[in-house]
This record gives sequence, structure tokens and C-alpha cells, in this order.
Amino acid sequence: MSTLEIKDLKVQVKTEDGPKEILKGVTLTIKDGETHAIMGPNGSGKSTLAYSIAGHPRYEVTGGTVTLDGEDVLEMSVDERARAGLFLAMQYPVEVPGVSVANFLRTAKTAIDGEAPKLRTWVKDVNGVMERMNLDASFSQRSVNEGFSGGEKKRHEIAQLDLLDPKVAILDETDSGLDIDALKVVSEGVNRFREREGKGVLLITHYTRILRYIKPDYVHVFVDGQVADEGGPELADELEANGYEKYLGTKV
Amino acid sequence: MTAVAEALEAADQGHVESHLNPPASYDLADHPVPNGREEVWRFTPLKRLRGILDGDASSDHLTWETTLPAGVTLTEITAEQAVEIGELAPNERPAALAAANSGGAMLLDVPADTVVEEPVVIRLKGSSVDDLVWGRLLYRVGAHAEVTIVLLHTGSARYSAIQSFLVGDGAKVNVLSLQDWDDDAVHLGRDAIRVGRDASVKHTSISFGGDLVRMHANVEYAGPGGEAELLGLYFADEGQHLEHRLFADHNAPKTKSHVVYKGALQGRGAHTVWIGNVLIRKVAEGIETYEENRNLVLTDGCQADSVPNLEIETGEIAGAGHASATARFDDEQLFYLRSRGVSEKEAQRLVVHGFFNDLIRKVGIPSIEEKLLETVEAELAKNVLKELT
Ligand SMILES: Nc1ncnc2c1ncn2[C@@H]1O[C@H](COP(=O)(O)OP(=O)(O)O)[C@@H](O)[C@H]1O
Ligand SMILES: [Mg+2]
Repeated sequence: MSTLEIKDLKVQVKTEDGPKEILKGVTLTIKDGETHAIMGPNGSGKSTLAYSIAGHPRYEVTGGTVTLDGEDVLEMSVDERARAGLFLAMQYPVEVPGVSVANFLRTAKTAIDGEAPKLRTWVKDVNGVMERMNLDASFSQRSVNEGFSGGEKKRHEIAQLDLLDPKVAILDETDSGLDIDALKVVSEGVNRFREREGKGVLLITHYTRILRYIKPDYVHVFVDGQVADEGGPELADELEANGYEKYLGTKV
Repeated sequence: MTAVAEALEAADQGHVESHLNPPASYDLADHPVPNGREEVWRFTPLKRLRGILDGDASSDHLTWETTLPAGVTLTEITAEQAVEIGELAPNERPAALAAANSGGAMLLDVPADTVVEEPVVIRLKGSSVDDLVWGRLLYRVGAHAEVTIVLLHTGSARYSAIQSFLVGDGAKVNVLSLQDWDDDAVHLGRDAIRVGRDASVKHTSISFGGDLVRMHANVEYAGPGGEAELLGLYFADEGQHLEHRLFADHNAPKTKSHVVYKGALQGRGAHTVWIGNVLIRKVAEGIETYEENRNLVLTDGCQADSVPNLEIETGEIAGAGHASATARFDDEQLFYLRSRGVSEKEAQRLVVHGFFNDLIRKVGIPSIEEKLLETVEAELAKNVLKELT
């Protein structure tokens, strides 16, 4: 059982002209086994929401709360949040030169579980995931995200999701920049995760395309640092047809 | 503007004099005691040389322990023989003093066409920083021979050495010099390499220990087609001064030099210096050169100086470039790792290992690579990882 509860979250970012408010009170609850899609135009604050939940130091929370199963997430360090069961698949995964994917995955798994994984099953698990994500055998020996294609980066994020097995996954535009085959592979990876017992997913996307493969239970429209509308999957179809104009218009 | 374009423009304006290569000479009068303001001395804290530059005679020595595979010989020769064999003459005072004061020289010989499978290992150990030791070593590798030479410096001394690597045509030589001294040692080293026609040389300088270490790695070519890869790794702790000075003298056409030095600094007063000089002479058409220095600053209070110099006298170059960067931990890298549950210290450890990993893999001596990874680990334990243990 896992519930991520975001209440009236306000976040600002430091800029050269002083702090700038980006999230203006976001409230959202993701319960057991639910998938929530957040859709919104560029610059609306979707990544800010994802980073703030994960604890990126650049974003300062000025109000509101985030809890995971009642535990105060905002009190936790970045790595404590991950160990508590949060996972963020990043829009722009970061290169870590000289650190192999194999070493990275094993170090992360050890940190999350509090003990090193059993060697034999671990190797099998990693190979299985790589195969399902359509990443070839030599991939493990490459440096994390270095020289990866856009698609490889995203598939690598989902491979981590599979192996690290968090309670709640936040996927920040995992679909952006993927061709249709990669999109299917990634979606299948996310769906396998969703089939597991009691997993929550917050799927951030700019396009409706991925929602054909990953069916959300709820859709939230995100505009100017706030949830402007919410509904069921049908809301995505409406956005597909009419775009965000309606919401941007009401802003004035 | 590219480095090449900049240098060419400077050349057009007539600014280039060969300031990168002070003339070589055995005459001490050509190498006066520096006052510290000279271009080649300005980064070095002269006081901490503990009087080496005075050039006192001394019969102190390091203890030698060697592993000499079959076919390799080590003999004592006279100063005159060293010069006859083709020693590369000193171009600075400590090396000139080492030549003048060492009495004779040691000559390591690898005959032509000999492929030596096991590394030659020379372990040099000093017993006290009170000892003043002058070293003079020559390594003569015959045509088409192949050999790996490992030099390990441990213990303590005030050690100034002039070393020459004379690499025959078509030979393949891999040299590694490890400075793993005790905290108080002072080491001034001049390694110069003459690369034979179509020969290839890898030279790696690794400095962990010592109070002050200042190493030269110079390369020149005896004919076209020679290749030199100059690698370096250093890890400066509190108060340490580690200086590496490179000079690739492209004095023959179709030659290559590739320089990569990487360093980490931690603790108050840790100071590293990297000077990468490349000279492309008029005759040196169709050469390729690349030099790179990267420094990772792990704590406050450190200083990393990094100066690439490219001096070009011909326009007919196949490729020339350089890169120099000094940075702290990258917040984005640490965030990415930590967002996967990895603690801050562990994330820093991964990043530092990653920083050195590709370089260590290039060294090409498996037994040493393993030890280097361990040493990096031990260095990290001193500071960055202190809170972990
Ligand atoms: N580090 C930052 N410095 C300054 N402005 C930022 C920073 N991060 C985000 N912003 C601004 O915050 C707004 C929301 O950005 P972001 O969360 O990336 O939106 P989205 O992911 O929806 O495209 C944008 O106007 C962006 O320019
Ligand atoms: Mg975004």
C-alpha cells in the first residue's frame, strides 16, 4: 500500500533576478495502483513538480506538504526519498563519465535494498531487463548516459524503474523524443511496473500519444504552476482535440 | 578561434620565439639558481625544495630492487658513456645538477627485436628526507623491441633525477612512473623520451605522495611516424604541491602526441600545476597533437593551475587541439546518483572513480591498474569519505 500526497505545494527557483515562484499551490493524491497523467504546455512547471518531489537542491519549497504513506518527504534528503520508495525518471538524464551502467545499477540497488543483491539472480535480472528494454548486452559496460541516444537514455531510465522497484514512479516526459518503436518498449516497461502490487505512477507528458499505451486513471491539466482541470481519461481525448488554448485563455 | 588559428595568428604577427624549450645544456652556468619569477619556476614554491637547487655533492642513494625479465640488462656506466649513448641533455637546473653530481649513470638495455612479456620493475626507496640523492638513468630500447617499464618511488628523500628514454625505430615502449612517496619527500624528475621512427611510446606519470613533486615529461622524435601518448594522474592532499610539466617537441613530420592528465585535489593548500607545452616545428608537417588536463576540486582551499601552450611554426598540420578544465563536483551528477538512493558520499566516490577510470584503463598494465584503483580509494578515504568510515 502506498500513497503519495501533495498538498498545496508552492515552489520557487533562484534566478539572477531573485526568486521566482513556479508552483503556486499544487494538490494531488496518488493512491495505490493508480496512474495519474499530468499534461501541460512547456514551461507550466511540470518538471519543477517532479524535481521538487525528488528533492533537487535548485528548487525551494515555500509552502505545502508532500507525504509518502504519511511520512514527510520534504524532510528527507534526496537519497532518503529514493530509499523511501520514490523514483524519478528524468526528462534529461545526466551523464556520469567513467561509471558503468552495471556498477551504477548495482550500487543503486544495494543502496535501495540496504544489502547487495545476490550476484547470480542479479546478473540474470539485469540481463532480462536489458533485453526487454531492447538494450544490447554491451550496454552495461558503457558509462551512465554518456553518448546514449535520446531513446537509450529513456529506456535506461525505465530499466532502472524495473530493477529498483519503487513504490511510486514519477515519469517526466519519458515519451518525449522517442520514435514509435521506442515508445512502445518504454510503455510496456511502465505497464509491467504498474502490474505489480500497489504501485503508483505520476506520468508527466506534453503529448497525448503515450496515453494510447499507458492508460491513466486520472488526468490533470497543468497550467502556470497549478492544476487547471482534472478528470478521467476522456480529458486527454479532449486535450488531443482542442489543445491547451482553453486553459491558457482563461488565464487573463 | 581554434587553438591552431590563435597560434597561427600569433605566428603571423611575429610573436613566436621558442620560449617553450629553454636550450639544453650540461653547463650549470646555463641554468642559474632561479629566483621564482622565471616562467618555468613561477608556480613552484622554491623554499620547499629544501636546498636541492644549491646542488651540494652527495653520495646518498635510494635502495634499488629490480625485476629484470630475461633479455633485459641493467649496468652502471660512466657520465661520458651516458652522453655518448645519446642521453637527452638537461634543460633546467635540477636535471643539470643530477647529471653533474650523480657520478655515473644506470643503463637499462633492451636489445633490438626483443619482446619482453613481463614488465621490468624498478623499485626505488628512500630512507629519509635528510638524504639528498642525485639520479641519472638511461633506458635504451632497441629497434622493434617491446617492453613495459615500471618505476616505483616510495619512502622519502630529496631526489632529483634525469632520465632518458631512447626508443629505437619501430619499438613499442610503455613506461609508468609512480610517485608514491611519504609525506615529506621532495622529487624533481626529468623524463625525456626520444621516439624512433614509427615507434610508439606510452608514458604515464602518477603522483600521490610527497610534499613537493615536480615532474617533466618531454618527448621528441628521431624520425617521422613516431607516436607518443603521455598520461598522468595525480591526487593532491592537504599542503601537497604536485607539478607536471609536459613538452611535446614535434621536430619531425607525421608524428603524433596525445596528452591526457587528470588530477583531484582535496584539503587546505593542496596545489597542482599542469603545464602542457607543444611545439610544432617548421619541418613537422602532417603531425597530430592533442593535450588535455582535467582537475576535480573536492574541497575548499585547493588550487589547480593548468596552462596549455601551443606553438606552431607550420600551417600544414593534420590536427591540433587542447582542453583544460577545473571543476568542482557537478551537482547534477550527484543529484542523479542520489535520486537512485545512493548516499551523498557514495555518489561522490562514484564520480571520482568515474573521473579517473578511463585514464586508469589506458595505462595498459593490468597489475598496476588494480593497484591504482585501490590507491584512489585510499586517497578518497583520507578526506572525502572520512565521514563514511
Ligand atoms: N533553474 C531555473 N532557473 C530559472 N527558471 C527556471 C528554472 N527551472 C525552471 N524555470 C522556469 O520555471 C518554469 C517552469 O519550468 P519547468 O518546470 O521546466 O516546466 P515544464 O517541465 O512544464 O516545461 C519555466 O518558466 C522555466 O523557465
Ligand atoms: Mg519539463
